[in-house]
Amino acid sequence: MSVSLLYAFAGVALCAMGGLGFTVLEHLLRKLLAFNLMGSGVFLVLVGLAQHRGVPDPVPQAMVLTGIVVTIAATALAVVLMRRYYHLSGQTGLVVCEERKEPME
Amino acid sequence: MGRLTLVTAGMVFSGVFAGLAWAVWTIAEAPVPVSLPTLVSENLQAAGVEHPVTAVLLNFRSYDTLLEIAVLVIAGIAGISMSRTRSLEDPGLRTSDSLLYALERWFFPVMMLFAGYLLWAGSDRPGGAFQAGSVLAATAVLMRLGGVPMDFLRPGVMLRLGLTVGFSVFLVVALASALDGDVFLQYPEVITKPLIVLIETGLTLSIAMVLLALFVAAPIDPAEELEEGGAE
Repeated sequence: MSVSLLYAFAGVALCAMGGLGFTVLEHLLRKLLAFNLMGSGVFLVLVGLAQHRGVPDPVPQAMVLTGIVVTIAATALAVVLMRRYYHLSGQTGLVVCEERKEPME
Repeated sequence: MGRLTLVTAGMVFSGVFAGLAWAVWTIAEAPVPVSLPTLVSENLQAAGVEHPVTAVLLNFRSYDTLLEIAVLVIAGIAGISMSRTRSLEDPGLRTSDSLLYALERWFFPVMMLFAGYLLWAGSDRPGGAFQAGSVLAATAVLMRLGGVPMDFLRPGVMLRLGLTVGFSVFLVVALASALDGDVFLQYPEVITKPLIVLIETGLTLSIAMVLLALFVAAPIDPAEELEEGGAE
């Protein structure tokens, strides 16, 4: 078991933690942070798993580099959408629809 | 959020962790049919650049990069169309920190130089369009916070040009080689390196512009009246 593989397992742990946060937390900003944690976990798995035999693999590294930039842009877009949502609704979390709680006819 | 839901979710994601960890372990143990690093280093001569990551990004898998810049441009445009900033000169958007002003004057030329270096260094050592674009965007964000007027951020020709230059240059190069009889995105052998540097320069500008536009689009003054048909 090499150090790179340890990175991959840390990435797996980040994925699981991010997934948990994304489903459990209610504040949209926290959801976004949890989602980004998941993404970082994926990047760690990609890079760590690919180079655990000792040779750095440029292909996953290039993919992760592309992924990081897309992540930044997507995060910024999400923040813009969130602020717009907050501006319009005054809510920081997604509102549960009231009708669904009533018994079905 | 009930306690029961929390415990259930915790258990589910513990299961997810175990499953993923098992998958990673299995993949790590399995023999690899093709060694990608060897494949890349064998073909590096034909790539036009000496750094393997840049070669993968802009030659072997340039499709990814082309689509990535397309995604960025779409994200940037979507962000701008959501924006509610009244004016770029809004004093509320500025910090009045004298330290920032003083630092800015020192940082601006150094960071520009650094971005240019990163862009150029990408061909034979770590660096490239993404890093250079991020540094450029960070510089512009600093400028923005310091209240330096940036007229090119107004909706207009400069903004559109800045957002799309990377994607257009990339697409034109890709289409030109396709029309010339080669495969889509296959660079002509003689001028591979100049083409890659040209594409990277365009990408740097566009990436910086998208990130900056998204940063500028984010603030919404809560007290501000809605200008167009909103919810109220």
